[in-house]
Amino acid sequence: MAERTQKQRPAPQRTEEAPIETPSKSETGEKLKAELDDLLDEIDDVLETNAEDFVKSYIQKGGE
Amino acid sequence: MALRKILGMETEFGILHRRAGESNPIAASSVLINAYINSLDKSGTASPLPRVGWDFVDETPANDARGLSLLAAMAPEVETHLVNAVLTNGARYYVDHAHPELSTPECADPLSIVLYDRAAELILVESMRQATLNLPEGEEIVVYKNNSDRKGNSYGTHENYLMDRTTPFSRVVSQVMPHFISRQLYIGAGKVGSEAIGMSSEQVPFQLTQRADFFEEEVGLETTLKRPIVNTRDEPHADAKKYRRLHVIVGDANLSQVATFLKVGTTAIVLCMVEDEYLSRTFVLANPVQAIRQVSYDLSLRRPLELDGGGTITALEMQWEYYDRARKYAEDRGLECIDQTVGEEVLRRWEHVLTALESDPMQLADQLDWVAKYRVINGYRERHDLRWNDARLAAMDLQYHDMRPTKSLFSRLGVETLVDDEDARVAMSEPPPDTRAYFRGKCLQKWADDIVAANWDSMVFDVGDDPLRRVPMMEPTRGTAAHVGSLLEQCETSAELLRRLGS
Repeated sequence: MAERTQKQRPAPQRTEEAPIETPSKSETGEKLKAELDDLLDEIDDVLETNAEDFVKSYIQKGGE
Repeated sequence: MALRKILGMETEFGILHRRAGESNPIAASSVLINAYINSLDKSGTASPLPRVGWDFVDETPANDARGLSLLAAMAPEVETHLVNAVLTNGARYYVDHAHPELSTPECADPLSIVLYDRAAELILVESMRQATLNLPEGEEIVVYKNNSDRKGNSYGTHENYLMDRTTPFSRVVSQVMPHFISRQLYIGAGKVGSEAIGMSSEQVPFQLTQRADFFEEEVGLETTLKRPIVNTRDEPHADAKKYRRLHVIVGDANLSQVATFLKVGTTAIVLCMVEDEYLSRTFVLANPVQAIRQVSYDLSLRRPLELDGGGTITALEMQWEYYDRARKYAEDRGLECIDQTVGEEVLRRWEHVLTALESDPMQLADQLDWVAKYRVINGYRERHDLRWNDARLAAMDLQYHDMRPTKSLFSRLGVETLVDDEDARVAMSEPPPDTRAYFRGKCLQKWADDIVAANWDSMVFDVGDDPLRRVPMMEPTRGTAAHVGSLLEQCETSAELLRRLGS
């Protein structure tokens, strides 16, 4: 088990794909950023209004 | 051959009684659970009265070929002062310390755990709804599926795995410890900051897990203080001559179903390999307690951990070794110990997740809790130019785990699901067909009025004139639909069932 080097398996895949992926990756990156922006707009309405008080009042006893 | 891994999950939920002034968590937990139970009583439709108390009596193991046999029973002592109910899906729903806790029924594979964990969430959601209906206008009981209040108080999410008693416990400890430390990479529910003494938000702005801050020992019996990475509670809830129940306290409460699936699936496979002596090499970390925090605090996922006797290894390297070995184990021995088809899906997702963690963890924002949480909180932080110790980020961290559908942040993040909510709704009242939970749940559906107490490994019936009768269920894989389905259907009364079981 010690000799099995995991680096061999995923690494070649990545090096081969890397050049092809680069342009699409930045496109995907743009898309992801836009999605995140939309998400942040959306959650603004549901976020706890008084964060500091809420965090302070969230007190639990230990369990288990 | 490794034993079939019968599985269970126990979750303690955080609870707040909002706008009620000083909130009493024990009272709030009782109100919450009672509201749910009462709503079942009233509906009188799908789920008959699960008014059955939990039975704490120890009993002597007694088996027959079916794993179900009869003893003329002693009167059970039933805990009455705190709510402690058994549901018709075979789960236990109760007040533990100052939290509502739900233990899933015994499940026969990791996908079934995901289903019953989701059913548990839906039970809590419905409980909140029912409880709030009974409260004065404006008050609300809210539950959170997380593991810390961010002030140093932690409550647990525990996993249970049925194991072969003949496997030396020392081997279990040494071979599973590195898995518990390294699986944090994908099971973490994420946390803004740290609750470890002396850790500032500059040092730990965000970490992978809720729980790493709270572990202080390698091995031990405690669960509330000096928590150990490997817990030694020896309470099989089954035939103690044959079985051990590995009680795992080192995981997070996951909302991501993929994370739950991987948490239980990979751990079950690792334990099968431990039983079959298939792990040829064990990593011995120089300092496991330090390592569990190092892994949790390291968002680069690259930090080398010191090995005992020199050298280093990263958590990802450890996970790749476990994965490689598991892949080979599956080829050599198959994965019947957790169900072949489900087991192959565990391997597929395990490889996918490790590959993505290695290249760009943010690809997993639709699959893993810590990544989903990090992405939304860090996005908010950047948009508003906040420091990591800003209360707004801490509030978002808590709100990620809010179980109210109207407030849950998690449910807005588009994280992949593995089970349908429709199926999970059925699982709120129907037991899994392939473990002894089936017998427990079906008896409760049919004869709740005749059952005075139940626990994991027995049920006590009161059928009138006779003394109370205890039915032991010491074999977790017996009492399934295949074993007792037609018997339960044929019996009109519980007296008839007892007669036929006894004959």
